[in-house]
Amino acid sequence: MNADNPKAETLREDVEHAERVPTTGESAGARTVAAVPAKKIEGRSPWALAWDRLRRDKVAMISLLIIVLIALMAIFAPVFTAWTGHPPNEQYHSTGLTLNGLPKPPSSTFYLGTDDLGRDVLVRIAYGARISLLVGVVATLITVAIGVVVGLAAGFLGGLVDTALARLIDVVLSVPFLLVAIALVSITGPSLTVTILVIGFFSWASVARIVRGQVLSLREREFVEAARSLGAGSSRIMFVDILPNVLAQVIVYTTLLIPVVIVVQATLSFLGLGLPPPTADWGGMISEGQAYYRVAWWFVLFPSVALVITTLAFNLFGDGVRDAFDPRTDQLLNK
Amino acid sequence: MTNPATTPAATSTGDPLLKLEDVRKLFPVHSSSLTNRDRDFVHAVDGVDLEVRPGETLGLVGETGCGKSTLARCIARLYDVTSGKITFDGRDVTNLSRKQMRPIRREVQMIFQDPYGSLNPRRRVGSIIGDPFSIHGIGSRQERKRRVQELMEVVGLNPEHYNRFPAEFSGGQRQRIGVARALALRPKMLICDEPVSALDVSIQAQVINLLLDLQSEFGLTYVFISHDLSVVRHVSDRVAVMYLGKVVETADVDELFETTRHPYTKSLLSALPVPDPDIADSRQRIILAGDVPSPIKPPSGCRFHTRCPKARPDCVKVVPPLEPVLGDPQTHRAACLHPLEVGEDMSRSTPQIDDTETVVQLREEGAK
Repeated sequence: MNADNPKAETLREDVEHAERVPTTGESAGARTVAAVPAKKIEGRSPWALAWDRLRRDKVAMISLLIIVLIALMAIFAPVFTAWTGHPPNEQYHSTGLTLNGLPKPPSSTFYLGTDDLGRDVLVRIAYGARISLLVGVVATLITVAIGVVVGLAAGFLGGLVDTALARLIDVVLSVPFLLVAIALVSITGPSLTVTILVIGFFSWASVARIVRGQVLSLREREFVEAARSLGAGSSRIMFVDILPNVLAQVIVYTTLLIPVVIVVQATLSFLGLGLPPPTADWGGMISEGQAYYRVAWWFVLFPSVALVITTLAFNLFGDGVRDAFDPRTDQLLNK
Repeated sequence: MTNPATTPAATSTGDPLLKLEDVRKLFPVHSSSLTNRDRDFVHAVDGVDLEVRPGETLGLVGETGCGKSTLARCIARLYDVTSGKITFDGRDVTNLSRKQMRPIRREVQMIFQDPYGSLNPRRRVGSIIGDPFSIHGIGSRQERKRRVQELMEVVGLNPEHYNRFPAEFSGGQRQRIGVARALALRPKMLICDEPVSALDVSIQAQVINLLLDLQSEFGLTYVFISHDLSVVRHVSDRVAVMYLGKVVETADVDELFETTRHPYTKSLLSALPVPDPDIADSRQRIILAGDVPSPIKPPSGCRFHTRCPKARPDCVKVVPPLEPVLGDPQTHRAACLHPLEVGEDMSRSTPQIDDTETVVQLREEGAK
């Protein structure tokens, strides 16, 4: 073996790493470079590097904190009930409404005021967060799952499969989403499942298009050819070799898709196509509150603020994730 | 066309490990018309006969676009050949399906040109080198790891770097990773597609020496593709020179460099830098006129006639067979109707062909 050069190379590296890598014994290493104490060297994955960059991004970290707080609010919504003593759907006709039957402003009993039926707005916002996050996350996951599989298949398999799937993507993207959603919900009746399915069905196409474009360029790379020459089949190449390379893009798109889905869900509720009453959700609350904006500003304002903060936090976090995965954009902007 | 199997050299050293017979690979070019009727083809590999004997290194040289890499991918069955026959280890592998190819893939492995592109940037080195094992379902997890670390040692990498990513290695180290991956299944033959052209000259020597060491250690057979003649001269036992998808000359390495027969080989060799400035000043360099013709419409007759200083009228019409010329041994074949004598000064010759045909062809291309 040509021991001289490569060993000198590795030795030099070992010296470099000797200081920052903690020394732990491992037999395989001791066998080769006996002169140097054996140690474990863990490579930093692209994911670890991205997470490092993300951690230094203040805006993204604040956004993440807000997202976590909203998630906690959603998970522990019953705590709000216990704290205020008001269940979300309980109507306080005597204490929660004025003599004229109008909502009451924020007070020490109702911290964010009441709605038109005398229910506690704060508790309903907390419960509404459950719906928004649930739909936002579940519908996005469905969307991304379909989009990634379709995009991978179209981009990698090519030929007739690609032609068919690409046309299907075009068709789905050209359907007027809201009109079809309205028509569909009016047939099936509003429910959580329908909302999630409708959103998932109409959003996967854009994910698929992005993934397909990436895969088209990735499949020409030499490492795909290398996998082929080793005897790997198409599905292995698609999921083991190509998928990890589009995952960064997919994650970025996912974090940016969640706020869009939350807004779409709120839109459907606002139009009366969301969840059947009395379930608390932000879009529905905004829809009911807008009729009272002259006399009860808190009724429409607080759910709207909750919605805006949530979507803003997700959007800013998504931007941070994108910058973390693609540090070049940041460098370009600083020039 | 002569049959390479009947050559004395081939029979004396036993059966060839790899044998190519009239291999052709055409790539369709989409013409502007909607109908596929007058489709053009790029003649990337156009009738190649070659054989590689066990344990030898066959150097494959030629300028960019002459079909070297395409030929390599045909041998590795990454491309399906358009026509012809590929025999590996006595087995016809030309038309095997992917499933049938799997056992053969363990015997023929490839080292790629670009050490950056050929390793998946998102996967750890250990899993990249272990890929052959997991694809062919060999060994348990611990056993794979042990064998991967052995391989890393064999190619001169620190086995402790098992968990690193390709981006953390230099170009030379990455090429070692590619070599380790190719060696994993203990193949009989390695196809090296310009394995050192993307590396620094100082690293090139390391990788070449590694390849030579591995050859003697594991008894490997190499098909070594390069456009660097000095590298090819160093590593090869035999050399095949390609021009526009055809082999124009093939011979044992010293024979090719000393008694060059084909004018194209001669002009290629004259481009080799000479380390002695006095010799470099006095030697004749042959600078070919014009560019390589389009592989979509290769020239008639001898493909080199458009640029050959020794071209004669018959070169335009007759396709020269690849056979021994001027009393050469069977191992030395050249596809030339007017081969060079030893010591002939090619720079004195001028083409003696009627230019009309070339002019017509140029006009046709211009009209497109």
